[in-house]
Amino acid sequence: MAIYGTALLSICLLVGLIVGKLLGILVGVDANVGGVGIAMLLLIVACDRLQQSGQMQPPSKSGILFWSAIYIPIVVAMAASQNVIAAIKGGPVAVVAGVLTVAISFAMVPVIDRLGNTDPEPPQSDIASSEDEE
Amino acid sequence: MEVLETLQDILTKYSLVTAFAVIGLTVWVSDFMSEHLTRGRLHGSAIAILLGLLLAWVGGASTGGKKGIADIGVLSGIGVMGGAMLRDLAIVATAFGVRMDEFRRTGVSGILSLLIGVMMSFAVGACVAWAFGYRDAVSMTTIGGGAATYIVGPVTGSALGADSEVMALSVAAGLIKSILVMTTTPFVAGYIGLDNPRSAMIFGGLMGTTSGVAGGLAATDPDLVPYGAMTATFYTGLGCLMGPLVVFFVIRAVV
Repeated sequence: MAIYGTALLSICLLVGLIVGKLLGILVGVDANVGGVGIAMLLLIVACDRLQQSGQMQPPSKSGILFWSAIYIPIVVAMAASQNVIAAIKGGPVAVVAGVLTVAISFAMVPVIDRLGNTDPEPPQSDIASSEDEE
Repeated sequence: MEVLETLQDILTKYSLVTAFAVIGLTVWVSDFMSEHLTRGRLHGSAIAILLGLLLAWVGGASTGGKKGIADIGVLSGIGVMGGAMLRDLAIVATAFGVRMDEFRRTGVSGILSLLIGVMMSFAVGACVAWAFGYRDAVSMTTIGGGAATYIVGPVTGSALGADSEVMALSVAAGLIKSILVMTTTPFVAGYIGLDNPRSAMIFGGLMGTTSGVAGGLAATDPDLVPYGAMTATFYTGLGCLMGPLVVFFVIRAVV
């Protein structure tokens, strides 16, 4: 049933958020440290296990795939509820700080990419990640 | 008049359903524009995100609120649809079907990009603050935090006791960053090699703004979203940790 997939997804997110919050408390900051990232790892591991043992039925998968598919519209809704006015009103300090940070960060992507690319094992083809999905 | 009121009642009462309809229409219009005006050169989702930001501006300008178009009563459901709850659920869902070894292979570069990303944002933000005359360590650290993300800024600022004006500036800097990443990533992607899971993870770690990374990668290549989001979700926590604990003392020692 589709709800099994959605429930699994929800449980992963909740557990991730709780662990992230605890991590935050542990290091003494008022923020969630990687909750969503932890949830993603949990989902990957859980799905892998369930699929290998044959317990992941196609209807259950659809309960996860729907949310994955609705992701871009959700991002559009997120963009539509941003405080754009405040961003513009922040004045030159905010604009210059934002623009410079983004420009330098973009420039750093290929630098770090090359730095770590001395691994003995060359990156395999990227197509491998999307085997039987879609 | 009564008909209009009834309509408004229904749309407000079923606000999340209204949001699905409105966002669906927005995406449809964007895909149409992408196909017919740009011949597919500008991705439909990139246009949709731009339209979303435009809506946010219209909403903010007409209501004076903070939640963009979601401040308009009948469209309040857009705030729920695009809020942290459903956004995080959908981001986690994108990890379904992702290979574990992809993460393992990029692990070290991902962590490196996070550390460099956080420190660099603080440094750039603090320098800009200094250049504009905010020369005390508290303000510099707070605005530097804003250049990290719009959450790191105010969290750092309140830990250090910064002025509310400086806090507002740091939020604004973070918002500018997130909007810029959302809109410019598809155009820059080709030049910086942002076309594989590895570079997407590095990108997420360097940028750190979850909303920016999520939107930017969605408009570039939806397959890359889980990789960028994975590292980006650690960024804000790391920034909140390092701001008051490390960066503040470094800046105070320098100025």
